[in-house]
Amino acid sequence: MAFPLTVKNLTVAYQKKPVLEDISFRVPEGKLIGIIGPNGAGKSTLIKAILELIPSITGKVEIFGDSYKNTRKRVGYVPQRESVDWDFPTDALDVVMMGRYGHLGWFKRPDKKDKEYALECLDQVGMSKYVHRQISQLSGGQQQRVFLARALAQDAQLYFMDEPFVGVDAATEKAIIALLIKLKSQGKTVLVVHHDLNTVKEYFDWIMLLNVKLVGIGPTEELFTRDYLQKTYGGSLTMLDSNTSPIIVSPR
Amino acid sequence: MNHFWIILIGALVGSSCSILGCFLVLRKMSMIGDAISHSVLPGIVIAFLISGSRESLVMMFGAAAIGLVTVFLIQMFQNSGVQADASIGVVFTALFAVGVVLISLYTRQVDLDLDCVLYGEIAYAPWDTLHIGGQSIGPKAVWGVGASFLLNILVIGLFYKQFKISTFDPALAASLGIPVVFFHYLLMSLVSISTVASFESVGAILVVGMIIVPAATAYLLTDKLSRMIIISIVLSIVSSLLGYYVAYLLDASIGGTMVAVTGVLFIVALFFSPKHGVLIKKWSRKKVLQQN
Repeated sequence: MAFPLTVKNLTVAYQKKPVLEDISFRVPEGKLIGIIGPNGAGKSTLIKAILELIPSITGKVEIFGDSYKNTRKRVGYVPQRESVDWDFPTDALDVVMMGRYGHLGWFKRPDKKDKEYALECLDQVGMSKYVHRQISQLSGGQQQRVFLARALAQDAQLYFMDEPFVGVDAATEKAIIALLIKLKSQGKTVLVVHHDLNTVKEYFDWIMLLNVKLVGIGPTEELFTRDYLQKTYGGSLTMLDSNTSPIIVSPR
Repeated sequence: MNHFWIILIGALVGSSCSILGCFLVLRKMSMIGDAISHSVLPGIVIAFLISGSRESLVMMFGAAAIGLVTVFLIQMFQNSGVQADASIGVVFTALFAVGVVLISLYTRQVDLDLDCVLYGEIAYAPWDTLHIGGQSIGPKAVWGVGASFLLNILVIGLFYKQFKISTFDPALAASLGIPVVFFHYLLMSLVSISTVASFESVGAILVVGMIIVPAATAYLLTDKLSRMIIISIVLSIVSSLLGYYVAYLLDASIGGTMVAVTGVLFIVALFFSPKHGVLIKKWSRKKVLQQN
């Protein structure tokens, strides 16, 4: 059985400065993995490099033991919410339908089945009331849910999500985490770029600590310690130790 | 009959340009349309010098090539640190200037009137007819602009979903394996071709109006991309009709009045659009205040 994701010696640089340096790791199946690290650590860049959205200098990426070209249909992607123009003339359903495009090939148009599938995905994120709502009329949290529904519509086994929790309301945060756990229970693997250190322990069973270089990847209870976090965040992290569990003053 | 031909040419120019304009507006690339419409000028002149004729096909290829060079240069300057608007400004004015110099240098060989290139002369278009076996089959411009209109419909129709997703969310599109860069340059080629097909009728300057204004107006009137395209086409047909009538009444430049009408329609939509209009927004704000 091939690993969902294997990265070997990945290096990415803008101009001369490396943004990611010699990253190698493997991800087992059915894990919910938080990617954490300070600003500029290359978290989003890692996802983009794996998905070949930006060029990497060296390195090899295997997805289910094959190149990404051959495994696109098994990969889902949620870009940062701010990366698109929400004033685009379209509605929630239409955006979710875009998740089906990868399965359609060059000339086929989405049909009734794709529409039903998309509606189901919107239902799963609690958005069935807003199917035909113009996307600019949705709140930040609702927009994020639409993005998640679109990723569901991709019907993938390996998911990359870029900061899905940023700028969403509490209800949406709960809905997202419920969905992530559901995906995990279906044996799917999800990598999530995450900022809020206070919720890491609660949300993720694995974490990946990143700061240009890979600091560590593994089960949360092993890696989410004072030492590792200090190593990842350097001096920018303030910790208030309360005996058993460290209370973290988020470095943002 | 000439009335009909002129209105038809105007409507075809408008429709052909505004289909593409919708995507340019949504990609926030309106000024790229402006740039291409100007910088194709040297392409037209060079194609003319090489082929020695005004046959549209050669010109279209020449212009499409220069159009792509324009986009490529703008991109290159941007990547090397020049401000986006500055690099657009530099590239298209420089290329346009080259075109102006070329025309003035080869006035004798080139049967291109600078005024005509800049402002167009749709009024004479009906007399420049195409013949097959001695039989007139209508003005050349109708066939040229009509062909570019059909080409746009065909390409956008075939790849509608690709154009849509790579406009809305290029990152997702690329991750799905859609060649985003290819579609970018395909769109730019279509813009170049439509510009060349249209410049004889409305001129290099006014063609920008046909690309941007009906699309920007349609954007104010709907929340759906497919409808935005259809509305922009309808608007440009209306502009052609009304514009011709106004020009007839005032005895003014036909291309000028047609684009002026698109501008008037834009203002009307800006104030009275039922969804995004200035007035409806004011009115609903007042209503909210009264309720509180």
